[in-house]
Amino acid sequence: MEWRWEFAWEILPRMLWATGNTLLAAGVGYTIAVVLGLLLMLGQRTPYRLINMPVRELVEFVRSTPLLVQLFFVFFVAPQFGIKLSAWTAGMLTIGLHFGTYLSEVYRGALEGVPKSQWEACRALNFTTGYTYRRVILPQAFPIALPGMGNYLVGIFKDTPLLATIGVAELMHTANALGAETYRYLEPYTMVGFIFLIISLPTALGLRRLEAAVARAQGNTRH
Amino acid sequence: MDTTHPQVLPEGSPLVRFSGVTKCYGPLTVLDKLDLDIAQNEMVSIIGPSGSGKTTVLRVLMTLEKINDGVIYVDGEPLTHMPKAGGLTFATEKYLHERRSKIGMVFQQFNLFPHMTALQNCVEAPMQVLGLSREDAEERALNLLELVGMGDKKDQHPTRLSGGQQQRVAIARALAMRPKVMLLDEVTSALDPEVIGEVLNVIRSLNSEHNLTMIMVTHQMGFAREISDRVCFFYEGKIAEQGSPEQLFGDPQNERTKQFLHAVLDAN
Repeated sequence: MEWRWEFAWEILPRMLWATGNTLLAAGVGYTIAVVLGLLLMLGQRTPYRLINMPVRELVEFVRSTPLLVQLFFVFFVAPQFGIKLSAWTAGMLTIGLHFGTYLSEVYRGALEGVPKSQWEACRALNFTTGYTYRRVILPQAFPIALPGMGNYLVGIFKDTPLLATIGVAELMHTANALGAETYRYLEPYTMVGFIFLIISLPTALGLRRLEAAVARAQGNTRH
Repeated sequence: MDTTHPQVLPEGSPLVRFSGVTKCYGPLTVLDKLDLDIAQNEMVSIIGPSGSGKTTVLRVLMTLEKINDGVIYVDGEPLTHMPKAGGLTFATEKYLHERRSKIGMVFQQFNLFPHMTALQNCVEAPMQVLGLSREDAEERALNLLELVGMGDKKDQHPTRLSGGQQQRVAIARALAMRPKVMLLDEVTSALDPEVIGEVLNVIRSLNSEHNLTMIMVTHQMGFAREISDRVCFFYEGKIAEQGSPEQLFGDPQNERTKQFLHAVLDAN
């Protein structure tokens, strides 16, 4: 089998349309993960055992099971218990939850990365807890969290092909369909790989620049 | 409920009073029924071997740590406790928040906010806690940065400053709250030898020209001897001996004091 440019050209519009869906899925999934991760982290940090224990167990459980199994469970098993979700909704919620647990760990590490002495300085200046978080702790935790947050943005993007298994019309799903229609697999799958590459690489580069810019803005000259 | 300590101290009482203060970390007792009075405008140095509880004295007064027993009074009223019915109970966070600004602290490791300039470091608390306008807070901060000789570095971030410069900004930051008592916790211990002098000069001028009430934990025996009104030697969570610098350094009575002074003065 040899590469046929005219076929690649012919399927390009459908591939690009599917790329839009892939980006949408990654964007929505990441947004859910970023917010949910914050809530999970706060849930783990509350002093109330009735809240922090179940949240901790949930995070451990989700982190220790594969995303694909979770997707199948939410999409195929949950309906048998009366929870019927569309492929998109099931996919976004599952990816959001799965990566939300990872991000909650990123946030936790970032908060713990701010020295305890910063808390003491704030207390000695009589700041309230809220103000301490807002003005001193979070601004210092953010640059620590940024590399991890960036990694999971690229990570979510690269895991969106799993959504093909439950029927979300993203890139992989479209390539599968094209292959089934035409019996040509070389061009669709090569294009999928290439599209992922040309989006992932600049994103990773942009994230690294962002990290450096944030460090500079905070007067940290070590970067 | 504690009914053995008074709800207020009588008129003319010292600015700070530790009354039977005990602090434990698990099985370890770091402060053992400590009684200590600090008068208005007094400069008190605390010396002693490591683990003797000297830094803990400052940390419990700053309310960074809770005490297990006893009461600390500031300005005639209880700080660690609050009046309730006929006695005292442990202070709530709200009660502490209303009183903590009377105390300022400078740390061994400076603890400046690294994402803010020197000026911002000094402006935040007066604006947020004391409710000053930005103009007033900046004017106050600039005056203090001038006082510690850091006026020309006001727009620098801490990472661009030497240890001595950072510590001088940290002193200005604490002073911006106009505390009634300043706590200095080994403020030169993390500094390179050549910049210790600039920080000591600032403390010297605060003492002689501004007559601040200060409690200083230090290893700088020469400085403690020169500047203090009173020196307290701590041993195992208690004051083993205290007196004027002349008495304590010139003619120590306690065996532990003699041993300690021998050891540190020989090392110098």
